[in-house]
Amino acid sequence: MTELQTPIAEREIDRSQMKVSDEIAIEINNMNKWYGTFHVLRDINLTVNRGERIVICGPSGSGKSTLIRCINALEEHQKGSIVVDGTLLSNDLKNIDKIRSEVGMVFQHFNLFPHLTILENCTLAPIWVRKIPKREAEETAMYFLEKVKIPEQALKYPGQLSGGQQQRVAIARSLCMRPRIMLFDEPTSALDPEMIKEVLDTMIQLAEEGMTMLCVTHEMGFARSVANRVIFMDQGQIVEQNEPEPFFTDPQNERTKLFLSQILGH
Amino acid sequence: MSDTHAHSVAFARDTMLPPAPPPPGETGAIRWIRENLFSSWSNGLLTIVSIYLIWSILSAILPWTLQGIWDAGSLGECRAIRDERGLSTAACWAVINERWLQILFGFYPTDNQLLASWFYSDELAAAGGLEAVFGPGSNSTARIEFIAAMKADIGNLVVFFFGYWRPLMALALLVVAVAPILYSSLPRKLLWFSLAYPFVAVFLLWGGTIWGPVSVAVGLVAAILVGRVVAAASGALLGMLAGIVAVLAIFLNPLPFADIGLFPLLPHVTGVLNAAMPIGLEAIPSDDFGGFMLAIIIGTSGIVLSLPLGIVLALGRQSSMPLIKWICVTFIEVIRGVPLIVWLFTASLLLNYFLPPGTNFDLLLRVIIMVTLFASAYLAEVVRGGLAALPKGQYEAADSLGLDYWKAMRLIVLPQALKISIPGIVNTFIGLFKDTTLVVFIGLRDPLGLTNAIRATAEWNGIYWELYIFVGLLFFVFCFFMSRYSMYLERKLQTDRR
Ligand SMILES: Nc1ncnc2c1ncn2[C@@H]1O[C@H](COP(=O)(O)OP(=O)(O)OP(=O)(O)O)[C@@H](O)[C@H]1O
Ligand SMILES: [Mg+2]
Repeated sequence: MTELQTPIAEREIDRSQMKVSDEIAIEINNMNKWYGTFHVLRDINLTVNRGERIVICGPSGSGKSTLIRCINALEEHQKGSIVVDGTLLSNDLKNIDKIRSEVGMVFQHFNLFPHLTILENCTLAPIWVRKIPKREAEETAMYFLEKVKIPEQALKYPGQLSGGQQQRVAIARSLCMRPRIMLFDEPTSALDPEMIKEVLDTMIQLAEEGMTMLCVTHEMGFARSVANRVIFMDQGQIVEQNEPEPFFTDPQNERTKLFLSQILGH
Repeated sequence: MSDTHAHSVAFARDTMLPPAPPPPGETGAIRWIRENLFSSWSNGLLTIVSIYLIWSILSAILPWTLQGIWDAGSLGECRAIRDERGLSTAACWAVINERWLQILFGFYPTDNQLLASWFYSDELAAAGGLEAVFGPGSNSTARIEFIAAMKADIGNLVVFFFGYWRPLMALALLVVAVAPILYSSLPRKLLWFSLAYPFVAVFLLWGGTIWGPVSVAVGLVAAILVGRVVAAASGALLGMLAGIVAVLAIFLNPLPFADIGLFPLLPHVTGVLNAAMPIGLEAIPSDDFGGFMLAIIIGTSGIVLSLPLGIVLALGRQSSMPLIKWICVTFIEVIRGVPLIVWLFTASLLLNYFLPPGTNFDLLLRVIIMVTLFASAYLAEVVRGGLAALPKGQYEAADSLGLDYWKAMRLIVLPQALKISIPGIVNTFIGLFKDTTLVVFIGLRDPLGLTNAIRATAEWNGIYWELYIFVGLLFFVFCFFMSRYSMYLERKLQTDRR
């Protein structure tokens, strides 16, 4: 616990504020997924409580993205069950829509809508999915844009913003739907170091407010100070999971050790 | 540091000279020419060859064009005037001067009543009044002569503005209807007029009772309302069914009630309204339509109708439902794989065999349908290219925000895909517009067909270039506008500039 402790936020991160409740937010049972004959996810079992911040790490191609994309049905799983907020994920489009409106997602490449302004990016789904009046949706959008500290960019287009700003807009866009769960798929890996910090700051703030978060990331500093559980995946399986402190200092599995030594540069 | 420098350098300037003007040959035009046209031996050679080519083309065309003769009654007269003036070459623009109305409107009839009562009232009175000349059954030599004399007297320009006020008005309103679609800065309320325009245009161009188009419009609105109300009460599927039944009842003859004489409702409504309040224009059959007007009618209808159809086909081709995908692929490949001219022949000849005997399905309408289908197959492929160019992340972002398929398409995917496809779409439109000249082969009087008709007269026998140039220019103006508009639109929609 030395070099990796680069400060990721200016202020003290107050972990005591981040409470975890007993309520279950996501429950995954024996989930399996294949791409053709390729078995990407094997027997995934995972229960996430409300308010938990989970960091998922693992080597490239281990199925991290696939796992969190299964949770909001961007990918279809073939076996086992996923229950999000009490709703069983099935082929029923109604359930899928319900889950998607509860679960926000932030992508590695932001995926903002380039033909719409920042404000329109943020109000589109609330207006068309939640049927919120335009005025109100814009107020909400401005509230969250202020929260991610870029209200002054509201009328620009995504192409006119820096990567870090775009990712913060993407977070605000998700928040405008008032999700109860947020999924992050390597939100910082397309960004320069200074920009990484501004995005992580935003995510820490979210965590402090009690958001349930599943986060695929290799930012171990973030995992250490914010996560309450770190999950290590390899070859489509959850190999090890633990609280961050023991996970980093005392990994049990050989593959975890190897991965950590590579990623921490020892 | 400067000390050591001063010692090691014998002479160093310590005051700057003011900048001098560049030597002649380094400024303005001469410099530009040297840098751009004669920067090297090969460049210079190419420049000289190009200048020679341009000069020889212009020296052949310009005298012919500019010395053209505008006032003559026939090709023979043109030649006589040319020889009299001692010109070696001269265009005979007189044919355009005399026949431009015909090239624009074909044999679409002028509003002679209006012309006569406004510009020729005395002569009309002398001829025995309106009824004597224009009354029923007065298709006599006297009447035809009267009209010809009148038109010759008041001149082409007046005939253009007043005799053809119906197509002109339709064109002017077309501009008004299209403007809010093309330019988003115009008030959005104008779009309501754009919706109503097709009915206005049909009334102006084809005439007849005004209640025809009005009841068609009202019938459509009624069918949509019925569908909406039923959908709100008992689900989307039943709503759609109710809408279809309403359309059948209003416009067609639903089979179970074939013989009670009540259906379709439309003619009854039109009849009652017309009896109560007969408002209308002289009815003009499609056979009389012709000239550049025909190209505009077919072209505009084709453009307006083929874009939505093309988009639907493109989406259908990407559908995950095999039946829909299969239908769209077959349609696109079959339509695209056969030349347009074959489809036009199909429209003019074969379709009659397939339709129930006695149905009189307007040839112009059939042509418009064929041109639309043909263009939509091309557009579908152009739009598909745009859809394929969108990164997968856009679909995923839309999905993850909970937008359903149609909303994602309408709000996220299509705006971007169509923007990417603008050059291809406009390309297809321009092609469609020019392809309307092909209708000459199935007997419609398109502008090129009319040049044949003009050449068939004794006066203008043997004249080619002038007519073709005129027709070409007409097409060029429209196509050039489309091309410019597409460039404007691309610039306007460019949002990724920093
Ligand atoms: N659409 C697909 N079709 C077939 N195989 C796929 C597809 N998407 C992913 N895979 C495979 O599934 C495996 C898991 O992919 P996934 O994207 O979940 O990995 P990851 O852990 O997120 O890796 P990274 O850290 O590189 O993002 C990889 O081996 C990948 O090649
Ligand atoms: Mg990944």
